[in-house]
Amino acid sequence: MNKNSNLYQILYAAVMVLLVGTLLAFIYMALKPKQNENIANDTRKQILSALHVASPAEAQIKETYEKYIVQDLLVDKDGNIIDSTHNVAFNVDMKKNVKLAERQLPVMKCKLDDGSIKYVLPVYGAGLWGPIWGYIAVNDDGNTIYGANFSHEGETPGLGARIAEQPFQDEFKDKHLFVDGEFKVVQVLKKGQKTTNGAEQIDALTGATITSRGVSDMMADCLAPYQAFLKKLQGAEAMPEPAAIEEITDENQTE
Amino acid sequence: MLSKKNKEAFFNPLSKDNPVLVQILGICSALAVTASLEPAIVMGISVICVLAFSNVIISFLRKTVPTNIRIIVQLVVVAALVIIVQQILIAYNYDVSKKLSVFVGLIITNCILMGRLEAFAMHNSPWPSFLDGIGNGLGYTIVLLIVAFFRELLGSGTLFGFRVIPQWCYDHGYMDNGLMILPPMALITVGVIIWVHRSRNKELQEN
Repeated sequence: MNKNSNLYQILYAAVMVLLVGTLLAFIYMALKPKQNENIANDTRKQILSALHVASPAEAQIKETYEKYIVQDLLVDKDGNIIDSTHNVAFNVDMKKNVKLAERQLPVMKCKLDDGSIKYVLPVYGAGLWGPIWGYIAVNDDGNTIYGANFSHEGETPGLGARIAEQPFQDEFKDKHLFVDGEFKVVQVLKKGQKTTNGAEQIDALTGATITSRGVSDMMADCLAPYQAFLKKLQGAEAMPEPAAIEEITDENQTE
Repeated sequence: MLSKKNKEAFFNPLSKDNPVLVQILGICSALAVTASLEPAIVMGISVICVLAFSNVIISFLRKTVPTNIRIIVQLVVVAALVIIVQQILIAYNYDVSKKLSVFVGLIITNCILMGRLEAFAMHNSPWPSFLDGIGNGLGYTIVLLIVAFFRELLGSGTLFGFRVIPQWCYDHGYMDNGLMILPPMALITVGVIIWVHRSRNKELQEN
């Protein structure tokens, strides 16, 4: 058979591509469940890190996560809970959750070992080279940041990539989202700069101006829709629980 | 099994005919993944696997491949192997696959592969081709590891993520050299290695 005839070449290419395609499809299907689990576990690790829970061994990540995260919530712009199905917040794809008008607002309610309640809010934004995202854990006063974890797809190693490192993330601890009752998210600014609206600030990373600004913008943009929800948390702390009030009035009536 | 010719196919690429140091192939990924040792070693192993198996497959097919479309055939084989490696990494070593990100995919365009397929596997039987693939992969990996060793040590003060430069050095004013982490320093490190290599192998020096 003539190896250089057109028919031979076309058949050769077609058969080869068909075989390779089948093989790859098969491998993809076989490995998919394992890969999805890895990606989900990676997200869980990031959330746990925002809560300052030491990263457990690979096998125990899911278990540990379920132990601390007690409830998943979706809230609306007025701070009402609209959904609290299991894992509903965890399953929100932040990549597709960008448009402000249709944005879903996931919240993960967590209970730590010491019994304190934290709320984890996911954030998603743009760095210098690609997307950056993170998880902000807020105390139940709806104001103080308990912990933060940031990740990125491809920021410059040694510069912007340092947002994913502990020293930078630790700076967010005990910073506030509100100043004197007004919503003013903590900002990431260069040394010497001052916030214009009186918000608190964190030192930007040297040599990573755009990534630092990205973190700052991401926090402001993604946390703003939660204002009402956070206000409600603040209100709940100042006043006794609504349920408790009802009980008292009931008692009064029976007397 | 290991005739003189086969030995040459395996050992030459380690030093005298090293793909990075002598043929100057695969530089791009050598710059990108050598900021620390772990990704460098995984990248090296990935290249060894892809190179050895694509060499063998192409060597088996060499008598059937139509000359006109041989590059396409080679690319399809390499691409398929690279995708398999990538998928396996995501499934079994997710952290490293995140670090290597796009560079595993870019093995496809790594000149070492096409170079070896075209220059060796197309004209030799499977066993020598396999040895040639392993040898070239190892030659590439060795350079990657040397570069990564210096970059991680001087740039981050760690090796495989473990701190090796003691704290008191930092207390006395020692600082990690941030420049080492950036790609240009990889190029300079490779340059220094080539210099050392050539001064030890006089026959490689051009006049």
